Order: sequence, then C-alpha cells, then structure tokens
Amino acid sequence: MKFGIVVFPGTWSDRDCGLVVEQLEGAEVEYLWHKDADLRGVDCVILPGGFSYGDYLRTGAIARFSPVMESVGEFAARGGLVWGICNGFQILCESGLLPGALIRNAGMEFRCEWVHLVCERADLPFTHYLQEHQVIRVPISHGEGNFFADPATLSRLEQRGQVVFRYSDERGYVLLDANPNGSAHNIAGIVNERGNVLGMMPHPERCADPQLGGSDGLLLFQSAVAAAVEALAS
Amino acid sequence: MSLAVDEQQLREVALTQAEYDEIVDSLGREPNLLELGMLGVLWSEHCSYKTSRPLLRRLPTTGPQVLQGPGENAGAVDVGEGWAVVFKVESHNHPSAIEPYQGAATGVGGILRDVIAMGARPVALLDSLRFGPLPASRRHFEGVVAGVGGYGNCMGIPTVGGEIYFEDCYAGNPLVNAMCVGLVRADRLMRARAEGTGNTLLLVGAQTGRDGIHGASFASLELDASAEERRPAVQVGNPFLEKCLLEACMELQDLEGVVAVQDLGAAGLSSSVAECAARAGAGARIDVAKVPRRERGMTPYEVMLSESQERMLVVIERGHEPAVRELFAKWDLEAADIGEVTDDGLLVVLEDGVAVARLPVALLTDGAPVRILPSERQAGPPRIDLAAILPGEPGDALLALMGSANLGSRRPVFRRYDHMVGDATVLPPGGDAAVVRINGSSLGLALTIDGNGRYCELDPYVGGQLAVAEAARNVVATGARPLAVTDCLNFGNPERPHVYWQLGEAVAGVADACQGLGIPVVSGNVSLYNESEGFGSIYPTPVIGMVGVLADYRKRLQAGLRAAGDFVLVVGDGPRDLAASEYLKVVHGQVAGRPPHFDLARELAARDFMLDAAGAGLLHSAHDVAEGGLLVALAECCLLGGLGVRCPGLRADGELAMETAFFGESQARYLVSAGSRAMPELQTLARRHRVELVLLGLVGGDRVEFEGQLKVGLAELREAWENALL
Repeated sequence: MKFGIVVFPGTWSDRDCGLVVEQLEGAEVEYLWHKDADLRGVDCVILPGGFSYGDYLRTGAIARFSPVMESVGEFAARGGLVWGICNGFQILCESGLLPGALIRNAGMEFRCEWVHLVCERADLPFTHYLQEHQVIRVPISHGEGNFFADPATLSRLEQRGQVVFRYSDERGYVLLDANPNGSAHNIAGIVNERGNVLGMMPHPERCADPQLGGSDGLLLFQSAVAAAVEALAS
Repeated sequence: MSLAVDEQQLREVALTQAEYDEIVDSLGREPNLLELGMLGVLWSEHCSYKTSRPLLRRLPTTGPQVLQGPGENAGAVDVGEGWAVVFKVESHNHPSAIEPYQGAATGVGGILRDVIAMGARPVALLDSLRFGPLPASRRHFEGVVAGVGGYGNCMGIPTVGGEIYFEDCYAGNPLVNAMCVGLVRADRLMRARAEGTGNTLLLVGAQTGRDGIHGASFASLELDASAEERRPAVQVGNPFLEKCLLEACMELQDLEGVVAVQDLGAAGLSSSVAECAARAGAGARIDVAKVPRRERGMTPYEVMLSESQERMLVVIERGHEPAVRELFAKWDLEAADIGEVTDDGLLVVLEDGVAVARLPVALLTDGAPVRILPSERQAGPPRIDLAAILPGEPGDALLALMGSANLGSRRPVFRRYDHMVGDATVLPPGGDAAVVRINGSSLGLALTIDGNGRYCELDPYVGGQLAVAEAARNVVATGARPLAVTDCLNFGNPERPHVYWQLGEAVAGVADACQGLGIPVVSGNVSLYNESEGFGSIYPTPVIGMVGVLADYRKRLQAGLRAAGDFVLVVGDGPRDLAASEYLKVVHGQVAGRPPHFDLARELAARDFMLDAAGAGLLHSAHDVAEGGLLVALAECCLLGGLGVRCPGLRADGELAMETAFFGESQARYLVSAGSRAMPELQTLARRHRVELVLLGLVGGDRVEFEGQLKVGLAELREAWENALL
C-alpha cells in the first residue's frame, strides 16, 4: 500500500512521517506537492505537521484552498483514509472535513512535551491495533492545539463517539491536569462520522522508535497499513 | 562626488578619522556617501574583526577532522561514514537588547542561513542566553525565549540544547548567541566563492526593505540613550519564507551550474557580494535597480546596506539560470538577476546602469586596519571573605542552589522549543550535551554550548580554559568524543584597556585549552561593545559551542540514575576548591576567589577513562560536575532519574572543608553510576588511566542522603528545582 504525504510550503513533519513509513513492511511513500491535484493512487493521505503557508492568518486557513486539498476532499468523500497530524488536523478543521477548530493554547505558550492519551475508539482503520481504553504516550508540539467547538457540535461528537483520543494521565484518567492546551473535553483527536478521516494534535511519527523515547505511535501506522491492505484485497 | 566628511557623518558609519584617511589614501580620492556607508559596515568590528583578529590568530584551527575552518559561512568537520557536520555560533546581542523577540528570532534565522549556504541541512539549534536577574529582566527573558522558539519551531529545526544565566551585569546587555548544526555529505560541501567571470548573481528570497540598515555598525557601538531610536536597525524575521528558502536551497544542489550560495547577513548585499567575490579573488558588478524591493523610493545606499532577512545570493554559471529560476518559482520565491562576476577585483554598484560606487573588493573585506589597543591587566579577583561565612545546614544550601535561577530546571524554557522534530533527538535537552543521531547511520552527534562569565570576570584566562573544559565534559558525559569548537566572544568596549586585556586573556585561555584537548576552532563570532549607560560592562563571556561524535548512538549515556542498587562514583577527585563558586554567590553573596585550576592532565585522564568505560558499556549514567559542585550534580542525577541516593558521610577536615567538598567546583570530575558487577573492570580502567575513582554511595530511596550530614527529600528538591524559573 501507499501513503501519500502532502507537502505544503512550511510543512516539516513530512520527512519524519516518511522515515516511519519507509520502515513499515508493505508500505511505500509518495510525497504529494500542494500545487498538484493528482493523488497518484495513494491509499492513505497524511497531512503532516508544520506551519503551512506560515500559518499567518489562522492555522491551516490557506492550505485548504490548495489544489491538493480539493482532491483530498474528493478522496475522503469516496471513503479514502485521510490522517491529519498537528497542522494537518488544523487543515482538516479549516476545510470542513472535521468539525471544530484549533485555537491558541490556553497557557498562551508553545508546548513540546510527552503526553498520555487514552484511546476511545479502537475500531477505526487508524487504531485497530490498539485496545479500547489503552493509554499511549505520544509527544505534542504546538502553540495552537486547543480544540474548540460550540456546545452542540461537542455534544454531537460525544454522542456519536467521534472522540478518538483524549489527554489523560498515565492511568488513563481524563483529568484537567493532564490537559496541556485547554482543549474542550481534553480532546486530542477526533474522527469524522464515517470513520475514515482522523485528526489529532499529537505526533505519532515521533514515537515509532524506542530510541526516540517510545514506540506507541507505530501502532497507528501499522493499523493504517493493515486497513489499507485489507481494503485493497477486498 | 567627493565630500568633506565631518565627525557626525563618520560616527554614523562608525569609522574613525584615521580609518577615513586610510580609505582616502588607498582609493586616491575621497569616497562618496554610498562608498563610505559600505566601508563603514564592512569595516565594523562585526564584519572585519579589526580589533579581535590579531588575538584570534592564537586559536588552533586545524586537525585531521577539519574540512573547513574559519573564513567561510560556517566551519565543517568530518564525522565519518561520508558525513560532514557544519556548524557555527553567532551573537545577536544588540538587536535583542532593543527588541527581544525579533532580535532573537532573526539571530536564529541568520545562523540557519550560514549553515544552509554550506549546502548543509540544519538538524539542530542551540542557544546561549544571558539576562539580568528576574523578575526585573523578565521582558528580555520572555521575549528572547519566545523569539528563539518562534523561529526554530516554525522552521521545523529542533532546538536541542542551550544554557541560560542571570547576572546583574547583563541587565542592560542581554546576550543571545545562537548556534546551528547542519549535515551534508562531505563531497557536497559548498563554499561561497564567486568564481567564473561572467557568471550570474541571483538574489533570492525576501524583497529588500529599509530594515536593519547599519545593523553591523550598530552592533559595534555601545548602547546609549539613542538605542531606542535605533529600533529600525533591528530586522523582522519571517521563518516561513526561510523554510521555503531552505528547501529550495537543498533542491538547488541537484541542479547543474550552481557555483556558490552566500547568506545575506550583517551588512546585507554589501558584505555578501564583497565576501563572496573576495574568496574567489574576483570582482562583481551589481545593479541596485534590479533588486526587488518592498518599499518605494529606496536609495542605492539603503539597498546596499539593508539587512532585510531571508535573502541569499546564488552564483550561477551563465546559461543555467532558467532551471534555477524554475526551482525558486516552485517555492514561490523571487530570484532576481542583479549582476555578474567580474575579473577586475572591483565591486561596482550601478543604478540603472550608472555607476554609483566603485570599490576594490580587497579594500572592503581585508582593508580595515588592524587595531592594537592599549591593554591593562586588571587587579586580581577579590579574596573570599571567610569571616562573613557562617556555618549552615548543607541541606538548606542545596535547596537554595537547586531553586536558584542559574541552577534551576530549564524545562520551562525547552518545552517551549520543538526539540523533537526530525526524529533524531535521541538525548533531549535537560542533561549534559544533547545527542542527535544521523538518521540512516549509527552515528550520533553530541552538541553543547557553554560559558561561565563569572569565572572569566574573576580570571579571564582561566575562565576561557574552563569554558572549553566544561563544554568538552558535557560532550564526554554522553560517551561522545569532542571533535571541534565554534566560539562566540562576548565582551565590553575593547577601547577600555582592561576590557581589551580580558579579551586577550580569554582568547588565550580558549586557545590553550583547545590546543591541549585537541579540539580545533572551526568557526566563530565576536561581539564587542556590550556595555550600556547605567549598567556598565558585561562579564567577559566567551561561549563555546562544541560538537562531538558517538560511533554508536545507542551507547549514549544520560545523566539520570537508572537503577536502585547501582553504585554512584566520582571520577576524578583533584584538589578541592570553593573559589568562584555558585555556592559562594547564592548562599553568601560573594563573587570572589580565583576560579578552579584547569589541569590538562587530569582532564585528559578523566576523559579517556569515561570514553573507554562508556564504550565498553560499563556505565549506567554519567553527568559532568559543574556549577554547584558535587552535591548539585548528584541532586540533578537523582531528579532526572527519579531515584534517591544514600551515601556515608564525607570525610573532610579544616576550614570550610565540608562546604568545599559538597559545593566546590574543582574541575575534571564526573559523577557516574554503574552496576556492582562492573566495579572490577572500572577500577582496572581507572588505574590504567591514572584517574581517581571514588565510591560515593548507593542508588535507592527517595532522598539525597549523606549519613549524619544531610538528608533532603527528592520531592522537596524537585519543587525548588522545577519552580526556579517560573
């Protein structure tokens, strides 16, 4: 199967994601340039972290107008796997593929540190290698990762079980102290209703190697590979 | 176009009457205003090193590992497996004093471009910062930290290390030294030489505005009341543009016909064109009318002296321009053909085809007359006032030190920097050196930046030596072999004889230590005139950036204790000395005594022991003993590992013997931990290297304890340590 990693000007997690994918059995990398609408037959699109177009307006606000995003939208509508990480999550929200928005961290500061996440959906193409309620340890690195949505949207997300990851302590308790950025309901990642578009602020590509301090992120990549391979076989 | 200059005009371009006469002599005519401005910036200390050059000759700059020494955009060393590491440190002190965020941000931006110009991809940033005490200096501190993070985070280059000290002397003159480390295949290392008559000079990246005019000259004057008016001399950074410039320059290497890439930094177009031409012994002709601008009505003077950020000069073989243009267009970057390389050794500036300046390149780059200034040895350091030191509880002193601004945890700072991007940071900030692996190989780079202004204030020669020794120990503590140095020399006004003396002494100290330890200096920067009205001069502050290499990064060592039951050992146990210590300052308010002796033989013995022991996998952790002495180092090992330590009481007799044993900063020491089974081999190694190996205690519990002498809970220590900067 093939991961398509989108490169906007200002993207910087593209190479890190590529590094992880290159080490996965049965997976290859295709870098997709933002000016190019052709997705080149990839099976899973990754929108990686960075500061696309400098994020001078709002994070992800300009990226959604790029030719590649039009194709990504169509790809998602056909049920294709789309995975937004950090800035990629912000772009998914700005382009309407996911609800809500990411605003400035409540502490007003950039935060780069390890956090714990509790997984609430282990049935998704991105998470089926995890157990429900499994706690994983993943780094964050953002200044604008504070998930915000109006009360109606939040309650819809909760009712339909679209919250995939919440910031928690190492036991999986969702506490205020474990919330690094002020996100509503400690939300770290959500999925669309159909279950094929995932957005998350933490960086799984930074913890896919024990030498980097942890390898929980690898489970997400392996899940996506297995899901794509299965989809190809059917 | 000649003019008779007056003192005011000369002061504006920071030239002396004698220098002006030299220019007239050399040209055989008076320079016009544009030429005077160009000479002013290129003859500033920042660009010409006219004051420091004779002293810098002492620095050792060669070695089998050196691929590029001083004189290029950055230095480069061979780290094996075909990889070259490119690195340099640069100061941005004056701009940061006035506009902390932008000053720091553009300091990072500038040092990144120096590394990119060598063809290398930046893989790490480090920064060495000095401020006045908190809370008074919080505006500087917060602004600078936000600026460093703002630029590096947006670029996607991890900030993996650094150091911060707070002292009264930096209140008016904060120091911001940024270091960048990059990687390139050794056979693709680039040099910024404008070779090939007729080749095209392309200016790429940002448009040119009026920002930063005379920045280099400004950095070569003392800050005074008019500093606020110089705010326009501080540039504004655009890290997004620089990220695009970085990626375009990386792709540029795959194109044919690329001769050179040169950063536009201090003194803008004037210096980048002149330096690039000078290295090739060539000349250049450029037309300012072809320079894309962001403001209207700019004069040739403004265009030539602008320090607008995120610009590069690219030299292209004639005929290869279309592919290069296409590449920059892909990244939505402008690439303007502003001129060509010539063979007459002249830098000719045109405006719409009409010559407005014509200066010999050599006069611009090497013409500044070397200044030998009067030097006056300063009185020896004040003695320790023993009578004023009342005996106290060592546990209280330890808590005071761990909670002090200079020794407290740096986590509140480095968690604001992305230190993980790149998937290569295998030893994050917070310990000794950081370790960044070279992805795709087993090599690891140990990176650190260190300096101790107080040592240098008390004895600049010894202080210079100790800055190198301390940096080397940080590298060695990770198990890496030190390879090379980049230095940033921050001093006051050298026209004061004692400051010039400090500069000479400190450089000699750095040079002798580098020579002795076999670590050449491959790049560096000098920042003088760090003085301001009402605050006086800074401590002489040489800052040492160092790169070391680990053959196998998986064998790296970290400072935190690892397992209960391990032995804690002190490697190296020389003469004990309380002078110049953080303890004396924090607990007793004394900045006194001659800093601890630099003993080359002991440093080498301890280093060789450490590298052998680490290579053989005998150690579970390692940490350098530095400011705060043995007890602070031990507390750090405990807090980083989350484990306590139990030790029998230390034997110490005599005046202040206990304080000296706990808090003295004598050099060439490491704290290590190891499993008990490793002891015989470690003792054999210690005997072979003639280094003392002293068993201090056992890992375990949740306290730092010396029987009958001291007992402090880790929770209490952590509370003090983690809140020191908040």
